[in-house]
Amino acid sequence: MSDHIVPIRTYFVIFMTLLIFTLITVGVALVDLGRFNVVVALAIAGIKATLVVLFFMHVRWSSPLTKIFIAASLFWLAILLGFTAADYISRAWTPLGLSW
Amino acid sequence: MSTVPVEPVVEAPRNYLNASYGVKSWLLTTDHKRIALLYLVTITILFFLGGAFAVMIRLELATPQGDLMTPDTYNKMFTLHGIIMVFFFLVPSIPATLGNFLVPMMIGARDMAFPRINLLSWYVLTIGAVISISAAVMGGVDTGWTFYTPYSTTYSNTYVTLMAVGIFIAGFSSILTGLNFIVTIHTMRAPGLTWFRMPLFIWSHYATAIIIMLGTPVIAITLLLVGAERTLKLGIFDPALGGDPILFQHLFWFYSHPAVYIMVLPAMGVVSELITCFSRKRIFGYSFVALSSVAIAILSFLVWGHHLFVSGQSVYAGMIFSLLSFMVAVPSAIKVFNWTATLYRGSISYDTPMLYAFGFIGLFTIGGLTGLFVATMAIDLHVHDTYFIIAHFHYIMVGGTVMAYMGGLHYWWPKMTGRMYPEGWAKFSALVLFVGFNLTFFPQFILGYLGMPRRYYAYPEEFQVLNVMSSAGATILGVGYLIPLVYLFWSMRYGERASSNPWGATSLEWQTPSPPPTENFTVTPVVTEEAYTYSHEAPEHV
Amino acid sequence: MSDTATVPALQEHVHGPLKHQFDDIAQQHEADTLGMWLFLATEVMFFGGMFTGYSIYRSQYHEAFAAASNHLDLLMGTINTGVLIGSSLTMAMAVHAAALGRRRALIICLIATMVLGCGFLGIKAYEYHHKFVENLVPGPNFHFEGNSARETEVFYSFYFAMTGLHAIHMIIGVGILAVLTFYAWWRGFHPQNKHIEITGLYWHFVDIVWIFLFPLLYLVGHHEK
Ligand SMILES: [Cu+2]
Repeated sequence: MSDHIVPIRTYFVIFMTLLIFTLITVGVALVDLGRFNVVVALAIAGIKATLVVLFFMHVRWSSPLTKIFIAASLFWLAILLGFTAADYISRAWTPLGLSW
Repeated sequence: MSTVPVEPVVEAPRNYLNASYGVKSWLLTTDHKRIALLYLVTITILFFLGGAFAVMIRLELATPQGDLMTPDTYNKMFTLHGIIMVFFFLVPSIPATLGNFLVPMMIGARDMAFPRINLLSWYVLTIGAVISISAAVMGGVDTGWTFYTPYSTTYSNTYVTLMAVGIFIAGFSSILTGLNFIVTIHTMRAPGLTWFRMPLFIWSHYATAIIIMLGTPVIAITLLLVGAERTLKLGIFDPALGGDPILFQHLFWFYSHPAVYIMVLPAMGVVSELITCFSRKRIFGYSFVALSSVAIAILSFLVWGHHLFVSGQSVYAGMIFSLLSFMVAVPSAIKVFNWTATLYRGSISYDTPMLYAFGFIGLFTIGGLTGLFVATMAIDLHVHDTYFIIAHFHYIMVGGTVMAYMGGLHYWWPKMTGRMYPEGWAKFSALVLFVGFNLTFFPQFILGYLGMPRRYYAYPEEFQVLNVMSSAGATILGVGYLIPLVYLFWSMRYGERASSNPWGATSLEWQTPSPPPTENFTVTPVVTEEAYTYSHEAPEHV
Repeated sequence: MSDTATVPALQEHVHGPLKHQFDDIAQQHEADTLGMWLFLATEVMFFGGMFTGYSIYRSQYHEAFAAASNHLDLLMGTINTGVLIGSSLTMAMAVHAAALGRRRALIICLIATMVLGCGFLGIKAYEYHHKFVENLVPGPNFHFEGNSARETEVFYSFYFAMTGLHAIHMIIGVGILAVLTFYAWWRGFHPQNKHIEITGLYWHFVDIVWIFLFPLLYLVGHHEK
């Protein structure tokens, strides 16, 4: 937890950055980048979320424990997404057999 | 009552039980010890309700023909048995009763970090249970406790949505309990109680809380989506729209496999306490036992696909899940080996809690080893959805969790009530339970291996002998549960008064009177040494 | 749902400075903050279940999802993103004001946050209404012109489930803010307690959910138009 007082100016800077990133992500979405549209959109969303977490939610100044909790929840989300996706991705692969 | 037991009138010291009287003082309490007792009452009722459904199942299966009930009724019986036992008994059983009572006491705290949230969690469970029981009374549910789609979303015309709502609400009870555990253990330990001085009971409850916090929300959203699909006609899992029922199974088992560890980790914590206390020895390999709980909490989330081997999951994913399922056995095995090593050359006394601990180790080992059978894809193809699976998870859940729950209940009964239970009756019923349990479920391994599928109300003649054995065992098992119900009630009034530390145990909850005062400790304890500093001497039975 | 937990959590925090189970205020604050972060961890998994489902289907029904996404109102979605980010700014300023004990500034910031939150919900309601009119609400009346109408219904199922749950979180957030405003106004604000900060964490979390929902729902198909 933080008793750190962040200057109001920082909040405004973050706010403007978030708005600019929003406009960028909309702009990029209108350009065809093929598969990379999703990648860029999610990367920008990730940056925006990180800014909110670090500054608006004061995690930059938080205890290591808070950071561990956040990391743990993201890790578990990755487990859920990753292992489920692993099934769907490999479902279409040829079953073992001929080549073995 | 014609004879009044002659007892010297002693001014009972102030404790959490006599601090205030009346229904309101219980229903509005924020004392974690009273909340634990509220949970104990609720859970006991739900346990016997779930047991009643089991009786119906075993009665029907006493004969090969379906003669007692219609197939539809039978479907509802095993569904309700599973739902009540899993979501309303096993998941809250040890954490909400023993955990609630003991976590603050073992770490030397006055209460949980959020006492009102603690009370709220009991109300939430009760409301969830009432809703689920209403669903049962109004007409029941026939999907099995697993709610597999598309049957649950499209075809079943039973009270699936209402039941899902009940379970959804009950899920919040475990989330709130888990949240309280983690925050309490992090912030409220007594001076000197470092992490590696904590009793293993606390470690296992911490690990359990991790699973609760990260798994329960997923079953919540999954059941919510099933409900939304039924009522709002969303198409999330509906194959008619291109939805995928296997996605439901992924989400469901992401919670429901780790949920097995929500049930069994606290049981392991109880057993660690019992084994050390009744063999008067320091636990063998403390840090291995402690950290294996955390390892289980993490690994248990990586194996859920072993429930999908025959569901159309990719073979490659199946291989990985199979391999990881073998790995999750390692930390469990570490615990079993360390308990055994602790027993070695200990001065063992065979009090009732210890009998249950022995029961746990043996039965859990059988359940765990057969778990390795079914984690093997080739064998699972053969035994999937047979009675082999039923037997396997009952060895874990009943042979493991319920045995440890009974052991813990006896062990801490003097602390909770200030009275001893009658040792003779308790030993007798522990024996009855052990015999009844094995007679009920061991034949089911054989039945399953021979090919009897689960969830059928009739079966071929050749399976009758084993089924009758199982039903007979269930009767003995039922008696084994009823005896403690009677004598524990009896002991609350007529039991011998318990001293503050009847077992000569070392953890903090025994350093305060039985029953403890509302504030747990008159002086905040200071911890100066590791847990389990037993000195090999027999306990003084005071 | 997950929200039932925050309301009592709030009541838990609104009263008295030091509660009996704690030794000092620092311990109590640590517990409160930790409790909120843990709750948010459960929320990550709660929304995570839906994000997982969405990701699986999107990878399978790429075209259908793009086509369906193009029927969402990009302008409204963008405006709403801005509104929500703005509400996060005012929320952060409310926490700032609370930490400095500035009661007037606090009340103004809380009200501004509520207004922006309600603005978001209003725009969302407008969008929902349009989807009703266009028969894009899943169910018997669903109608989508073009190929793969079945899969677009899956997209809209996720659209309504995800934005709907997000909106419910917003509504609860606004409710909590209303209670806090009332306390700040009526009972005088106690600068030591951290209810504002804890509610702020919740509010920012809900904002973050939207930060991911926006590209996933509104932006997946526009380059293919
Ligand atoms: Cu499993």
